[in-house]
Amino acid sequence: MSIAATQNRGFGATLWDYLTTVDHKKIGNMYIAAGAFFFLIGGLEALIIRIQLIKPENDFITAGLYNEMITMHGTTMIFFAATPILIGFMNAIMPLQIGARDVAFPFLNALGFWLFLFGGILLNLSWIFGGAPDAGWTSYAPLSLQSPGHGVDFYVMGLQLSGAGTLMGGINFIVTIVTMRAPGMTYMRMPLFSWTTFVTSILILFAFPALTVGLFLLMFDRMFGSAFFDVALGGNAIIWQHLFWIFGHPEVYILILPAFGIFSEIIPAFSKKRLFGYTSMVFATFLIAFLGFMVWAHHMFTVGLGPVANAIFAVATMAIAVPTGIKIFNWLATMWGGSITINSAMLWALAFIPSFTIGGMTGVMLGAASADYQYHDTYFVVAHFHYVIVGGVVFGIFAATHYWYPKLFGRILNEGMGKLAFWLFFIGFHLTFFIQHFLGLMGMPRRYWVFLEGQGLDTGNLISTLGAFLMGLGTIVVLINVIYTAVKGEKAPADPWDARTLEWSIPSPPPEYNFKKLPLVRGLDPLWIEKTEGKGKMTAAEPAVDIHMPNGSIFPFIMTIGFFIASLGFIFQVDNHLWLLAVYFGMALALGTMLARSLKDDHGHHIHKEELEREAD
Amino acid sequence: MNNDNMNIDKINSFQKQQNKEEMKKQIITFVLMIAFTVVAFAVVASGLEAIYAVPLILILAVVQVGFQFYYFMHMKDEGHEVPSSLIFGGIWVAVLTILTMTTIIWW
Amino acid sequence: MSQDHSLNPETMPHDPAKATTEGKHKFFGLWFFLGGETVLFACFFGTFIALRNSTAGGPTSQELFGLELVFLMTILLLTSSLTSVYAIYHMKNNDFKKMQLWFGITALLGIGFLACELYEFAHYITEYGFTFRSSAFGSSFYTLVGFHGGHVVFGLSWLIALMVRNAKRGLNLYNAPKYNTFSLYWHFIDVVWVFIFTVVYLMGMVS
Repeated sequence: MSIAATQNRGFGATLWDYLTTVDHKKIGNMYIAAGAFFFLIGGLEALIIRIQLIKPENDFITAGLYNEMITMHGTTMIFFAATPILIGFMNAIMPLQIGARDVAFPFLNALGFWLFLFGGILLNLSWIFGGAPDAGWTSYAPLSLQSPGHGVDFYVMGLQLSGAGTLMGGINFIVTIVTMRAPGMTYMRMPLFSWTTFVTSILILFAFPALTVGLFLLMFDRMFGSAFFDVALGGNAIIWQHLFWIFGHPEVYILILPAFGIFSEIIPAFSKKRLFGYTSMVFATFLIAFLGFMVWAHHMFTVGLGPVANAIFAVATMAIAVPTGIKIFNWLATMWGGSITINSAMLWALAFIPSFTIGGMTGVMLGAASADYQYHDTYFVVAHFHYVIVGGVVFGIFAATHYWYPKLFGRILNEGMGKLAFWLFFIGFHLTFFIQHFLGLMGMPRRYWVFLEGQGLDTGNLISTLGAFLMGLGTIVVLINVIYTAVKGEKAPADPWDARTLEWSIPSPPPEYNFKKLPLVRGLDPLWIEKTEGKGKMTAAEPAVDIHMPNGSIFPFIMTIGFFIASLGFIFQVDNHLWLLAVYFGMALALGTMLARSLKDDHGHHIHKEELEREAD
Repeated sequence: MNNDNMNIDKINSFQKQQNKEEMKKQIITFVLMIAFTVVAFAVVASGLEAIYAVPLILILAVVQVGFQFYYFMHMKDEGHEVPSSLIFGGIWVAVLTILTMTTIIWW
Repeated sequence: MSQDHSLNPETMPHDPAKATTEGKHKFFGLWFFLGGETVLFACFFGTFIALRNSTAGGPTSQELFGLELVFLMTILLLTSSLTSVYAIYHMKNNDFKKMQLWFGITALLGIGFLACELYEFAHYITEYGFTFRSSAFGSSFYTLVGFHGGHVVFGLSWLIALMVRNAKRGLNLYNAPKYNTFSLYWHFIDVVWVFIFTVVYLMGMVS
């Protein structure tokens, strides 16, 4: 039970511990590790795409494989790299920031993680089961209905599994923030990262059901012969586009808002100043979320929805630039006159501001519906969304890695390697994508396997590919840094950055119960308040008490295995009805486990206060 | 075994009275809901023209669902501020979705 | 354990479903889940409305639907909503036996509803040859109404598991929140049905 006993254990015991854990920090770490793994796979796919495009009419890979590469690159990066890594940080950090001992539903948290992981594994299994999905990450019908083999089926089931997991995570975070804030932690005292977690979770709650429905319709059409997108029987393919983008556009805010939160933590911490315009930051976050639901059709300007619809969605799209601009100016004003420390985390934050602003500007350009007819489906769009997603989200992830690594793992990442990785990646990123704006304006369409010689596209593509390799190098340096730090890294104190929020008031890494006594929060940046008043540590809001902890459970893992088997059954029952047995077995396993879970009394356990006091020594 | 019957006596009689009055309101709610349903079916059975009938039955449905949420599900009670704001958020997205599917899907 | 004792106090608090931390979490969690479910069903409704006239030469909604059965189903489900309100009323009065009784009636009404629905689907398939694969209208009809029916099946399984599990344990602070979240979920199923009978059946009958 005590921490000393958990050290020096065999591999089997550690594995079992992670399979059954309901601790939000361990689950967060697993999210980050699994997301990083998928990030590497997605990065590899990106490099293969860029190698294919290094010269005109290249034949490095076949056209079919190229389609699979672009589909898997997009799907992996969005659903299985960026989203889970961010959810990992939310999981690990948000409860610490609001002064909670865990999330509201620890069991559901574990289930959400395993569903995501096995969704990702299922999707990637398609490589060995006769070909990956090849209809693009958007899988537009009717293309996705015509796609032969099982590729798109794996896409459907993989996303369905991981989507369910993400939805559970979202609900969990909202309940945690509503009910589990520490005494004195009012809503308007919450750190910005917790705020963006809250708003992001709301977006997840309302956006993912649309994806769920879209995937169901696609699944029924492909596997059970229904006619939603089959024009011969009266179906309508535009429904897929709407459902996908009703989900898809909020999804990009699901990615960027947590990154905004991360920068809103890092910039004040390393400027030694309170975040400028805290209230307006919160307001802008909500405004982005609200507007984010009313702009999805800007992905569909060229579909032919009519001038009225295009005009409405164009105006709404450009309106989003306003709250985003508020945020950019607030970050700049936070740094103004601050005592700025430039380290790896801060470098990523500084690089984010101009990079993301470029992406935002091209976003407004794309939002002009009439001009969009020119940009649509060219490399201009590719450049735009890589500027916002890499320049915003990936920079945010790297910044958060440097900033919170000491808190999560108890060691500080090496600064020299951190800076080297930053410069490699930063230069590589702009080399890769800046030139793509011009390639797009010159008419190079996206998703094409080859381009022709002598059309002025050769040099641009070569530069872009070289940049991609620099980004790859940067990522490798980050990996080496993580391994090096695990072996020889400097041990982290509780508060290595002299930071402002609650997570820095407890040891690194935090004990399983996080806070021995719940802290009393007296304002925004609670730790900083105590520091300026000379105390330097939080006042307890309660006497020493027994701490109630949830029990670990293997059930989430078994449930996920059940759904995983059922998904394979759904995919292959098209060929052979015997696979329906896998569907029945998998569902029985999953639902049976659910039943077992609800029949069992599980009151959790207590860590007694005597034990806590012993550990303090 | 739980000693239910003993516990009943121990419940504050004021509380019991309140529960009872609450239950009266619920029954009124139920009667109204059934009435709305009957009216909606009657409107359709009478063969009223679509241009009048459709808005009418839609309004009846919305009102009936309002009763369901506010009384049966207690959204009118204290402590339901956050849930109701999120339900309204969901309704907002739902309205946008349905509006889209009835207008801009390229018939 | 001290835990078990605190779950069976001498007198129940006024609202046992929200008296514990876990109870509060469940209460909020289910409400937020319903917010997501609203969007889920809106997408099914939207799809249905977009495709309801795409019959591809097959039977139309006017040819298929009859008011009587739908009215019966509506009354069954609405009444089951009221009976679950009664059950929660008895929960607040800490009368476990009456609560189980009213939840039992709720379950029976739910089963009656499902039976009607199965009869209805079988009727369409055998009499009219109207299936999931006939047309886009057929696909969207069976998907929307079927997902609602699936929710009813899940709700019934949930309720029966709860009732069997707790039959001998009686009401306590550990299971009261579970009954309460179930009843919220059940009301929501009713909400969805109100729109189904209005949009699918009644609007399908008028035009």
